[in-house]
Amino acid sequence: MTTAPEHNPTLHELTLMDRLAQYAPVLLIPILMVIGLAAIQSPSSWLTLTVSGLAMGMMIFIMASGLTLVFGLMDVINFGHGAFVSVGAFIGISILLALGTMTGAPSIFLNVLAVLIAIVGAMIGAGLLGWAFERVIVKPVYGAHLKQILVTMGGMIVVEQLILVVWGPDEIFINRPEALKGAYIFLGAAVEKYRLLAVVLGLVIFAGMRWVLRHTKIGLIVRAGVENGEMVRALGYPLRLVFISIFIAGSALAGLGGVMWGLYQEVITAHMGGSLMVLVFIVVIIGGLGSVEGCFIGALLVGLLQNYVGFLDPKLALVSNIGLMVLILMWRPQGMVPVVRAK
Amino acid sequence: MLNSLFSGDLPRSKALTLLLLVIFVGLAFAPFIFPGTRSLDTAARICIFIVLVASYDLLLGYTGIVSFAHTMFFGVGAYGVALASIHIGRGFDALIVGSLAGALVAAVLATIIGLFSLRVRAIFFAMITLAVATAVAVLFSQMSGITGGEDGLNFKIPRALTSAQKYMSDPLFGVKVNGKLMNYYLMLFGSLILLLVFLRITNSPFGRVLQAIRENEFRAESIGYKIVFFRTGASVISAVGAALAGSLYAIWLRYVGPDTTLSFEIMIDILLMVVIGGMGTIYGAVIGATIFVLAQNYLQNLMVVAADATQSLPVLPLILNPDRWLLWLGILFILSVYFFPSGVVGRLRGKR
Repeated sequence: MTTAPEHNPTLHELTLMDRLAQYAPVLLIPILMVIGLAAIQSPSSWLTLTVSGLAMGMMIFIMASGLTLVFGLMDVINFGHGAFVSVGAFIGISILLALGTMTGAPSIFLNVLAVLIAIVGAMIGAGLLGWAFERVIVKPVYGAHLKQILVTMGGMIVVEQLILVVWGPDEIFINRPEALKGAYIFLGAAVEKYRLLAVVLGLVIFAGMRWVLRHTKIGLIVRAGVENGEMVRALGYPLRLVFISIFIAGSALAGLGGVMWGLYQEVITAHMGGSLMVLVFIVVIIGGLGSVEGCFIGALLVGLLQNYVGFLDPKLALVSNIGLMVLILMWRPQGMVPVVRAK
Repeated sequence: MLNSLFSGDLPRSKALTLLLLVIFVGLAFAPFIFPGTRSLDTAARICIFIVLVASYDLLLGYTGIVSFAHTMFFGVGAYGVALASIHIGRGFDALIVGSLAGALVAAVLATIIGLFSLRVRAIFFAMITLAVATAVAVLFSQMSGITGGEDGLNFKIPRALTSAQKYMSDPLFGVKVNGKLMNYYLMLFGSLILLLVFLRITNSPFGRVLQAIRENEFRAESIGYKIVFFRTGASVISAVGAALAGSLYAIWLRYVGPDTTLSFEIMIDILLMVVIGGMGTIYGAVIGATIFVLAQNYLQNLMVVAADATQSLPVLPLILNPDRWLLWLGILFILSVYFFPSGVVGRLRGKR
């Protein structure tokens, strides 16, 4: 009889490279910033572009986060997500225009209050639309990807057209409230106040979302649902209710993103959501469908790259993001932060 | 004979046969039945969109994957002809070289996109094609040195295809027999041949495998078919079809521009045509394209009348405004995906 081989499990400490590899997606952001600095050379332009890239990334993240969670939870891909962005922007900007006395006043308090009212209005409007959208458009086609894509696309066309019916066919121009106009001069670089605000707001939302997902019961159910929905349902949790809530929350966030984007561009059109969807999809794909962290990293990468390349050669801005997507998919075909799923 | 021409896939319904015959006769004799430039233009558009939609149906209806890059391939074919005609010079050789080059570029692009996105998940394909198509459309409208930018390119086609060339001194049945008429018949026969080719492809063993993949991916894979290969193949064939349709369109219009070939609106039009006509039936493309192009050209007139008639009522004139016709088509689109995904053709075949 042979004896079993000696079994001595040992725990090696991870090497530095292994530890770094775990954070590889996050590390891409500073790497991209350094490459950007090398390519642009002028530090002051670089700083301006970096801040605007981060601001853009945060806004895209806010729009994309709902989409990625909705997909992760119920395998529903919503091509009409851009409609919530447009609707949010139109509602929010209309409120701001109606509150012209508050936004025009030289008081920070009144300005911020007006923006907050607009944001709340936009989020409620987009959230309600999201609820209706889920009920009428998405619910009948659960589990059929092909029909989902077609129907949600159709839903987006209808919503876009309804915006045109309600608000008329012309684009709407808007001035930012007094307190958000202008820029700080920092190390010789002009950094717009509004972009800083967008970055801060984006960080707050990301931190809040992460907190909810990691430290609350709801978050636990959501994360478990993303990994294995059937098991969560078998344990008696009403996954469908969770899903609807996430859908509504995601739509409301898209509406918030829409208001922020409208104030950033200072002009809104009914097609803005549809055209932003291109960037949102790139972000969701490179981040890994279903992953909020991946979505955040992806959005920052896309925002930075878009701004750097847009400065160097405006024609190539969008193409460079396609290139980024291709490279990342070659590296990790499931996206940067692949979500493990049992399905 | 007829059976082999249609690759054994006959309409299988009396009403459908009748409808197809009406469309065919209408298109074949369009210059004589509906004289006038506008109606001839409409007829040519119908021919070209039938091919475009049939090639999209191979992807959406037969293989079950959604692409948003179909207009990109359409545009590649159109720009191929335009650029060849400008750089080689007016002539049939330029048209042929341009069409083939466009088809080749489309095939290469489709292979790259397919291998990239279909390898992982079919759902990526829809998003990636959307992103790539948008990027290409932006690129085409910005590289004004080569593509003419937003203005597009005007170019000359061979004299034999323009109205300057007269073939008979006297009109035939009241219609001038000139190059324009020849050009129309080039469109008609070009489209007819391509349509029959697509009918052939979808009824070949290759087409059957595509349908098997659509119905049950796992099972098709376990029988031993490499799914990525077949899906990419379908995407390439459909891209080539779209590019050839684009070449025809460019020859007919003697102009290419981002709005006529690359815009996202056309992509939505194609989706609507496929779904209304019936997915997974090449005949659906014929019906869908005909209904849609006719509606596009004449429904708006009807809506003007309706909007005027309801002038005194509140909301109605706003939603009946002819600029809002996409609203109605969008609603129709959603309803048809829900309630009759097999489209007009499916309905007609179902009744027997």
